[in-house]
Amino acid sequence: MLRIGKTEFDEIRRHGEETYPHECCGVLLGQMDGDERVVTSIARCGNTRDDSPHNRYNIDPRELIRIQREGRERGEDVVGFYHSHPDHPARWSPTDLAEAHWLGCSYVITSVEKGKATITNSFELAGSDENDKQLVDEKIEAS
Amino acid sequence: MTKIQIPTPLREYAGKQPTVEVKAGTVAEALSSLVSKHPDLRRHLYTEDGKLRSFVNVYLNDEDVRYLQKEATPVRDSDTISIVPSIAGGRLD
Repeated sequence: MLRIGKTEFDEIRRHGEETYPHECCGVLLGQMDGDERVVTSIARCGNTRDDSPHNRYNIDPRELIRIQREGRERGEDVVGFYHSHPDHPARWSPTDLAEAHWLGCSYVITSVEKGKATITNSFELAGSDENDKQLVDEKIEAS
Repeated sequence: MTKIQIPTPLREYAGKQPTVEVKAGTVAEALSSLVSKHPDLRRHLYTEDGKLRSFVNVYLNDEDVRYLQKEATPVRDSDTISIVPSIAGGRLD
């Protein structure tokens, strides 16, 4: 399960609307609590896929290193990531699974239809390694 | 000692630590020392033929070692190595 503050949840969705028709992306920071990921802040990232930003995203590792460092100073860890699917369902794509490597983390996807955020879903990257990884539906509790 | 930052998913294979300190002269030695201390990390970082997995980015401080001297890049005690699995995807099937 993903527990996230309403403010952070709304911010993820707003980010997707702002970057429409391009995909947005960012990092979820907080704590791992057993099978739950508790998000206490989010960090927006730039989408480095300038060649195809409407259907691909990539986060610059250097930006992630900075976000990790700033998070640690606040006692937060990376617990997941988010991105948007412009004019496409909030379901993971084969590309999303192939390029997901943070096992045990949450991958949040927001569908943005004609510039308006609609459905937001979250998936845990489950499994023990690259061979058996899978994106599994998980509940979002936003409060 | 050189610090190696461990990403969240790999910490369970590194004694649940966010950082591991190693004595090393190069990035290769640092990573080798890391997997010697924590052998369960090996399959997550390396392919079966011993190459770093393509999605595993290794940064020395804020520089991608691919653009330095790759794994032969020298390291000092004050340096921090970050292991950063890539973060990418998108709706394209």
